[in-house]
Amino acid sequence: MSELTLTVMRLGFLAVLWLFVIVAVQVIRSDLFGTRVTQRGAARRGGQEARAQRQAAAPPPQQRRQEGGRGNNRQRRGAPTKLVVSEGSLTGTTVALQGQTISLGRAHDSTIVLDDDYASSRHARIYPDRDGQWIVEDLGSTNGTYLDRTRLTTPTPIPLGAPIRIGKTVIELRK
Amino acid sequence: MSSSTTNTTTIGTIGAPSRRNTELAMLVFAVLIPVFAYINVGLAKDGSVPAGVLGYSLGLGLLAAVAHLVVRKWAPYADPLMLPISTLLNGLGLIFIWRLDQEHSLGKAMAPNQLMWSTFGVALFLGILIFLKDHRVLQRYTYISMVVALVLLVAPVFFPGVNGAKIWITIPGLGSLQPGEFAKIIIAIFFAGYLMVKRDALALASRRFMGLYLPRGRDLGPILVIWALSLMILVFETDLGTSLLFFGLFVVMLYVATERTSWIVFGLLLSAGGAVAVATFESHVQIRVHNWLNPLELSNGGVTETAQAMYSFGSGGILGSGLGQGYSRLIQGIAPKSDYILATVGEEVGLAGLMAILLLYGLLIERGIRTALAARDPFGKLLAIGLSGAFALQVFVVAGGVTGLIPLTGMTMPFLAQGGSSVIANWALVAILLRISDTARRPAPAPAPSTDAEMTQVVRP
Repeated sequence: MSELTLTVMRLGFLAVLWLFVIVAVQVIRSDLFGTRVTQRGAARRGGQEARAQRQAAAPPPQQRRQEGGRGNNRQRRGAPTKLVVSEGSLTGTTVALQGQTISLGRAHDSTIVLDDDYASSRHARIYPDRDGQWIVEDLGSTNGTYLDRTRLTTPTPIPLGAPIRIGKTVIELRK
Repeated sequence: MSSSTTNTTTIGTIGAPSRRNTELAMLVFAVLIPVFAYINVGLAKDGSVPAGVLGYSLGLGLLAAVAHLVVRKWAPYADPLMLPISTLLNGLGLIFIWRLDQEHSLGKAMAPNQLMWSTFGVALFLGILIFLKDHRVLQRYTYISMVVALVLLVAPVFFPGVNGAKIWITIPGLGSLQPGEFAKIIIAIFFAGYLMVKRDALALASRRFMGLYLPRGRDLGPILVIWALSLMILVFETDLGTSLLFFGLFVVMLYVATERTSWIVFGLLLSAGGAVAVATFESHVQIRVHNWLNPLELSNGGVTETAQAMYSFGSGGILGSGLGQGYSRLIQGIAPKSDYILATVGEEVGLAGLMAILLLYGLLIERGIRTALAARDPFGKLLAIGLSGAFALQVFVVAGGVTGLIPLTGMTMPFLAQGGSSVIANWALVAILLRISDTARRPAPAPAPSTDAEMTQVVRP
């Protein structure tokens, strides 16, 4: 076999090997959209200013695109798009609201696993009713779920931005 | 962001698509690269395309296709990269072993056997994916796995050593088995189950001393027991690699479970102390360390294996000598096809190729750790970290040993090196990781019909 062919194959093999690595890294990169990374520290310290700024400015383009692309599952205007943990050990965690039921509690299969001594294993759940209104329901917890200051006894609609308190954790729905 | 906000990010999943088509495309790529390498070796050695190329590529392609279909059916949301990277590494390993088989001075052909073991490995991979519906089932077997792992680790003591290390179980007529490879998976299951239960006690009950959280004396128990066990492996089996892997795995998982840096400090101190203590009286370990420090010393009429491996890396240079055009036959070591396969890789594809292969290992480990981040249950998190940690430690111990960074230990490069137990165990490891990642990446189930809505339905007469 000629020297030239072997040299070409040698370099070709290295090129193909590196191409595989690069494609793999691209796959990882495109995989990142599946998760959202939230800075907890920033939300806590500059929370008030940041929120004021966000309200003043137009909604970020990314979020608008997300809403536009939702298609048939489109939500009503003014409906919350995410659930934010604003106090407690999980501060800064957000969960996108996409019509799924969100379970809260210490059980490992909960959507939001509360690491909180005052939470029951299946503490509460948050789900949309048929009109798309989000409802919070206490699932018979020991220490109760509070919406604003009142302890929940029945499934209750959640106003935008109203704090839901479970033990030391406070969550709210935001646009 | 200032340094005070490090470690304060939350990663939440937003329903990811299944990515099975990406996996298929990568898998085709991963099958084609070894086929290309196979033709390349044939052309370089004999000047003709090897006769087995069609059968070999069909065989590897078939294995990959079956594996892909099973993943598509039984783990549809699993990570798209683990299977292609494992297939590529296994395929390249087969090519390098076949290439070394062409050197008749290196003993009998081992590639056909390795292909058979790879097939068994893929079969076990498929079996685990099909029958292990939920990785949390493994949690039930926490203490059983401890016993099984201990038996597997201790068993080789009663069998004769091979080349100075007692890491084999020999069954007459059937062949031999390296139980340590399987033990690393089983021990990871035990550590994950144990630490999940005990991590609060280990993390919270501590005193602060010189900026470190020192655990209470009684909480030191488990780490001391594991340390003693790993030292016993070192003494009785004279196997540096398994001992390091075993103890390192425990320290990694302890750190991940408790978030206490002091465990790492303790672990490093204990392992360094133990290694030094054992090295003072164990001649096998002394020889390894001596060869590592003085690679160019003449013994048995030539330089040490470490130096020979370094020669081959040097002869490869940046771009390598080309597949099939190296001089690996000159490595007179005991295991050019298993422990030292990385030297052949380094010589024939050069630094550029070796880096690509190490990056592939890195990517596989990264996907494992990513799986641990995404997993929602603590047991799955710890298990994924444990399995990828064991894999990472093994790659480090072998690659570090062959390149002369640390004393050489008798372990095999996962997937790449010749060895039946190793390839089967690593396929099983990848299968469990895929199962965890499928659970972690599966989108949340559709909203359950509200029970209240049903109760308030109007019943018409």
